[in-house]
Amino acid sequence: MRPAVRFGIAAVLTSVAAMAADIPAPDRRSGYAMMSPELRAMQDDDAANPGMLSVLDGAALWQQAEGTAHKSCADCHGDAGKSMKGVAARYPAFDTTLDRPLDLEQRIDRCRTEHQQAKPLPFDSKELLALTVYVAHHSKGEPIAVAEDARTGPFIEAGRHIFEQRQGQLNLSCGQCHDENWASVSPARRSRRRIRPVIRSIGSNGSRSARCGGGCAIV
Amino acid sequence: MSADPAPLPAGRRSFLISSGQWAAGAAIVSLLPASPGRASPHAMQELIRSIIGEATLQPGKVRLDVPPLVENGNTVPLTVSVDSAITEADHVKAIHIVNEKNPQPHVISVTLGPRAGKAQLSIRIKLADSQQLTAIAEMSNGSFWSGSADVVVTLAACVEDLK
Amino acid sequence: MTARVLIHLPAKALRGEVIQIKTLIAHAMESGFRVGTNGNLIPRDIITVFTCRYNGEEIFRAELSPAIASNPFLSFFTTARESGTLEFHWSGDNGFVATETAAITVE
Repeated sequence: MRPAVRFGIAAVLTSVAAMAADIPAPDRRSGYAMMSPELRAMQDDDAANPGMLSVLDGAALWQQAEGTAHKSCADCHGDAGKSMKGVAARYPAFDTTLDRPLDLEQRIDRCRTEHQQAKPLPFDSKELLALTVYVAHHSKGEPIAVAEDARTGPFIEAGRHIFEQRQGQLNLSCGQCHDENWASVSPARRSRRRIRPVIRSIGSNGSRSARCGGGCAIV
Repeated sequence: MSADPAPLPAGRRSFLISSGQWAAGAAIVSLLPASPGRASPHAMQELIRSIIGEATLQPGKVRLDVPPLVENGNTVPLTVSVDSAITEADHVKAIHIVNEKNPQPHVISVTLGPRAGKAQLSIRIKLADSQQLTAIAEMSNGSFWSGSADVVVTLAACVEDLK
Repeated sequence: MTARVLIHLPAKALRGEVIQIKTLIAHAMESGFRVGTNGNLIPRDIITVFTCRYNGEEIFRAELSPAIASNPFLSFFTTARESGTLEFHWSGDNGFVATETAAITVE
């Protein structure tokens, strides 16, 4: 499989639930609905949600000039409150130049290399997480609306195939916990029936959703 | 409770976790120098004794709000509230929270006073195992009150392996 | 780099009103009990003391242990007495220090 295709599959894998034909939309549940009231309270309270610390970091980075072009995000995108509203909800989004979908982190890094002439930030770096969370924060509460069309279709299908494929020592597919047994599996499992709230706060740090997949993949 | 606790030196009891004090605590609870130690209910009782001195710990007045089951022991929300007037004459001086199965028994000690308005504290803590948490309220009249809550922890904090 | 801090309290209150103060600070709170990938204990690095002063008078003090979760969240109450400044101070291992202030108007 060409690396570009593999990349594209990885990009849509985390939001393939939006495309699931087998679970009707009204039956889908966000992992948020399955949290204990105390955890939900932590998610809801901007004063207590540690993800808000990342949002603050991201707001500062948004203004910081970077790269040989010496440009900040704000220089092109202005006030994020206006320009980034609803943007994260559309990601992963298809990039016509690269001919594959990009997730939000990849899109931010692409802006860095193409427009700021800066090195891409490493995945899982504090800075990239902060910028991603800051952008995502401007889509807070909005349903995820990834385009499902002729261009993204093949990537979604490939992602669905991986999601439903048994793998690993326990011979489990993602779908077996997150689709078939979402009601009976321990609260630690999140249902993929609906997309989780745009601000994710796992443990005490914000975290990329790809890390959740990584965590599950260890079994 | 077993034998009477040893009398403490006069003056303000400080629970500052200085490096020396912590090292001593770790020496008590650690089994092997290179591995993380495990506290025990015994270590918790020792800590409680050092908090209350010769006073009696009375159950009551102290409420712990904590989820009975937590998915992730790394971030456990906890609220402690003490049923007490808050006046110059009668108020909560301090709240101490202790645990029985983390590597060390102390969680937090807070100093309040007559200006507190409400003796209520919300924090987030780490729990290494399913266990009982105990909160102790020290009142201005020298009495000590306690409340406890049991928590079941699915994913332990402190002693997990890093990838 | 200064640690990121979030403070929430009402900007205005009535005299005698009991107000809630919420504080959040970015800090790893490395407990000192975790074993790293090299097999050695990761050294402890935590915030040990937090204080809140209301117009210079200490109204709240907390002594934290490794059992406090990372990015420590502390919420407590005080009685609004007079207008002025609340000063928040954190200190800990390896010389860690952070301060923040917030103004309050009391009518």
